[in-house]
Amino acid sequence: MDLSRRSFLKLAGTTAAAATLAGVGLRKASASPSEPLRIKFTKEVHTTCTYCGVGCGIICNVRDGVIVNAEGDPDHPINEGTLCSKGASIFNMSYIFDEKGKPRLNPNRLTKVLYRAPGASDYEAVEWDWALEEIAKRIKDTRDRTLVETVDVGGRQVTVNRTNAINWLGSAWCTGEENYLFHKMVRAMGVINVDHCARL
Amino acid sequence: MMAIGGNTAENHPISMKWIEKARETKGAKLITVDPRYCRTAAVSDVYVPIRPGTNIAYLGGLINYILQNNRYHEEYVKHYTNASFLIDENFSFDQNTGLFTGVEDDPVRNCKRYYRDGETRLYPDEWWYQRDENGEFLKDPDLQDPNCSFQLLKKHFAPYTIENISKITGAPEDVLEESYELFSSTGEAGKAGNILYAMGITQFTHGAQNTRALAIAQLLLGNMGVAGGGVNAQRGQSNVQGATDMAMLFHIIPGYNPTPQQAFHATLEDYFADTTPAQNWWSNRPKYIVSLLKAFYGDNATRANDFGYEWLPKLDGLDHSHIPAYKYMRDGEVEGMICVADNPLVGGSSSRAKMGYQKNLKWLVSIDVVENETAAFWKGPGMNPADVDTEVFILPACASYERDGQKANSGRWIQWQYKAQEPPGDAKSDLWIVNEMFKKLQALYEAEGGTVPEQITKMHWDYDGPDGEIDIVKVCMELNGYNVRTGELLTNFVGLQDDGSTACGNWLYSGYYNNLENPACKRRIREKEGLGFHQEWAFAWPLNRRNVYNRASCDLEGKPWNPDAPVIWWDENEERWVGNDVADIPGTWTLEQSTENPFIMLPEGVGRLFSIGYQGVGALLDGPFPTHYEPADSPVPNLLYPNAIYNPISQRFYENHTVETDEERERYPYVATSYRVVEHYQSGSVTRNQPWLNEMMPEMFVEISEEHAGELGIKNGDTVLVESLRLYNNGEQGHIEAKACVTKRIQPLMINGEKKHIVGMPFHWGFMGMSTGASANDLTPSVGDPNTTIPEYKAFLCNIRRA
Repeated sequence: MDLSRRSFLKLAGTTAAAATLAGVGLRKASASPSEPLRIKFTKEVHTTCTYCGVGCGIICNVRDGVIVNAEGDPDHPINEGTLCSKGASIFNMSYIFDEKGKPRLNPNRLTKVLYRAPGASDYEAVEWDWALEEIAKRIKDTRDRTLVETVDVGGRQVTVNRTNAINWLGSAWCTGEENYLFHKMVRAMGVINVDHCARL
Repeated sequence: MMAIGGNTAENHPISMKWIEKARETKGAKLITVDPRYCRTAAVSDVYVPIRPGTNIAYLGGLINYILQNNRYHEEYVKHYTNASFLIDENFSFDQNTGLFTGVEDDPVRNCKRYYRDGETRLYPDEWWYQRDENGEFLKDPDLQDPNCSFQLLKKHFAPYTIENISKITGAPEDVLEESYELFSSTGEAGKAGNILYAMGITQFTHGAQNTRALAIAQLLLGNMGVAGGGVNAQRGQSNVQGATDMAMLFHIIPGYNPTPQQAFHATLEDYFADTTPAQNWWSNRPKYIVSLLKAFYGDNATRANDFGYEWLPKLDGLDHSHIPAYKYMRDGEVEGMICVADNPLVGGSSSRAKMGYQKNLKWLVSIDVVENETAAFWKGPGMNPADVDTEVFILPACASYERDGQKANSGRWIQWQYKAQEPPGDAKSDLWIVNEMFKKLQALYEAEGGTVPEQITKMHWDYDGPDGEIDIVKVCMELNGYNVRTGELLTNFVGLQDDGSTACGNWLYSGYYNNLENPACKRRIREKEGLGFHQEWAFAWPLNRRNVYNRASCDLEGKPWNPDAPVIWWDENEERWVGNDVADIPGTWTLEQSTENPFIMLPEGVGRLFSIGYQGVGALLDGPFPTHYEPADSPVPNLLYPNAIYNPISQRFYENHTVETDEERERYPYVATSYRVVEHYQSGSVTRNQPWLNEMMPEMFVEISEEHAGELGIKNGDTVLVESLRLYNNGEQGHIEAKACVTKRIQPLMINGEKKHIVGMPFHWGFMGMSTGASANDLTPSVGDPNTTIPEYKAFLCNIRRA
């Protein structure tokens, strides 16, 4: 997706950004006082920020199933209503807003399962079921050929059940429950090359 | 407070507001130690500029200052640390080589080693406590014996004089002294000193010893366990604590238990014998492990089959972290990779070389919210898609607010991340994806069999709700732990058993979801007064304890060192610990027992000034004391130990990879470091796809000083080329390209009489996304700390030219 600086400006037509634009004399702020506040009649959902390890509370304002604003949770003992620039714009990962404040899906957000064949110059969109079945076949093929079942340690046969042919990289972006199930899957496959952002 | 190797104001901005509050309302002082005059430095009382990669020198200077000027907390040091313990009489340190006794060559890792991992696991005999005929430790309560930990520490750090430290780090002597004087003033009983650090401490070939140096300083000053004290890791990601707790790492399984090793852990009995000390906390390990195996293998885990222990893969004694895993890929051994919300082609060291190694993959699965550089490597710079035979599967994932689950913050608070909206299109949560992926794999093995199919088919995997899709509550219950017979949730890990009657995915998390109505991790009650522990807000592991080692916040009689900020205290009438936090002491202990064992995670019960390997609770691999080694890419020889190269215990993975010769030092004369900016996050795959953030921080840049820019004829905003040895191949020098940011924030430093220029650059950019730019990690070396193998991102040599 090739977005020029100009199209960023066009996409960024919300109150905060609009104020900045007005400040540099590019364009009048689009949110006039007669327009209702974007958060009016929205449902509030509090969540935890996904960026650094401080663990701030965020209130998401949701309208028609879309987060239209996010702000610091004033009741949260860590941030008491404040957020940094990343936390305050967290919802842009899904929707960004046009000049009228209408949500538009972030053009770089993935919404399809993609598959790239060997040597191919692009992806094709595929179904979940097909992709997961093909992945299971790849894992099985690699694992079945490479699993070491036992090794000799000082004359004693020790069961090791491991493969060095698969790497798993997990993430500190993922929840505890997700990482726990990743771990179960990793060890069930006999995988020993495991790492995540704590080291990376 | 000391901020060292981290930039709180930039990267943990909301923490900064509490630091500011302490300065405004409590008269707290802030010292910032950083190569750049960063945003945290800008609001500090004392700023100490140091050359990247010289933290041990700086901290060794602090330790020496504390000891030479009697600034330590004497009672704390005598009773709560191993200062009085006598060490083997043959222990010594060679000032010439910078090595301890017991060193030998390690032909497998192409470096030196102390630790022998043959048929038994041994540290050198000289690293041991002296014991009497009954096995009791010998001590000198007056700390005078030349072989006690305290005197050995004093001797080890004696060369770390302010004069020497100034020559090594480049910090002026008066600034060093001012910072040492100020921070060591917290050694007074009742005062608290707080150390905040981040990856500018850990990401070195001596990163673990950097943190050891912090811990030693804090033990000497009596700052561990007290309110406002401690060695505080500022986690760079929302759940890096939690992902580590869940062991997304090769060397551990959930709850900080070692992954079984083929050499020592053939059976479950061997595993317990090797890893379970006779006393203190880890003596409970069998309860945690058997409960973990019950959670893993369910009804298939029985006493007769050692609870399924055989199905856990065992390690071969080699390193299987990120750096070697990519080397195994280069060598053709690794043929498949699953990458979840991770982007090593931007975030990993020597990333350009790694892009080439990925061509050896037969298949790659990337699970992320965007198409990141690691997934798109086949069309990356210099790649010809037709030559890349790798199959790539990209599975669209959810943003944080599109899925439920908990995350553990830097303070170990486990908080719930609520779902606020549905994901777009076909995107699914990682929990849904792993559940469906594993079900497919299990079904395939059920249908077709294969190599040791039981390893997969016997794994307990039953998380579907009534709608046939993942039910997160089932995962939470398994993590929290339950009684196998009744299904009842456990209150906490105290109820865990080693007979198979309890199942628990991670003992540390036991208690976080101990009831279905109002799980502890979802609680939202603020404290009205107190120390900021907020006991009823969410849940903190372990046991909702907010301040670990809090026994040490009190004197020998159990009275708080600081009565104005009492964490816990001994109630003489009730004969138990009470207070503002959950005591870090078993409830059954007497005052005397708790005084003898304030650090219950260690078998000897006291903090380690001298670090040893004892009863399976290990020392660091590179020595009992931190030692100043230069980074792998260093512009100068080691001033303290003339024959020491960079950490001699660090594994050498690649040939001709770091700067060794004078010719190379001339070719790459500048000392570089990498960092983050507040507007972007890690490898940038998320934030570089957000218009507002890109508006604020649009492109990759390289920071240099005004003086440096003048010498090179570079103006602010010019395009420059940055080169390192990692981009030098077959006589051709590669580079990255970026805008020069000429700034007062960076100043050249005088290193042993010679001027050295410092260069700084963020590492967020890559070739994909809305905002693209060069990756700083193309330049960084794939060398790592011997204990952790974390790469040395924070200090490397480079050259800069005008484009």
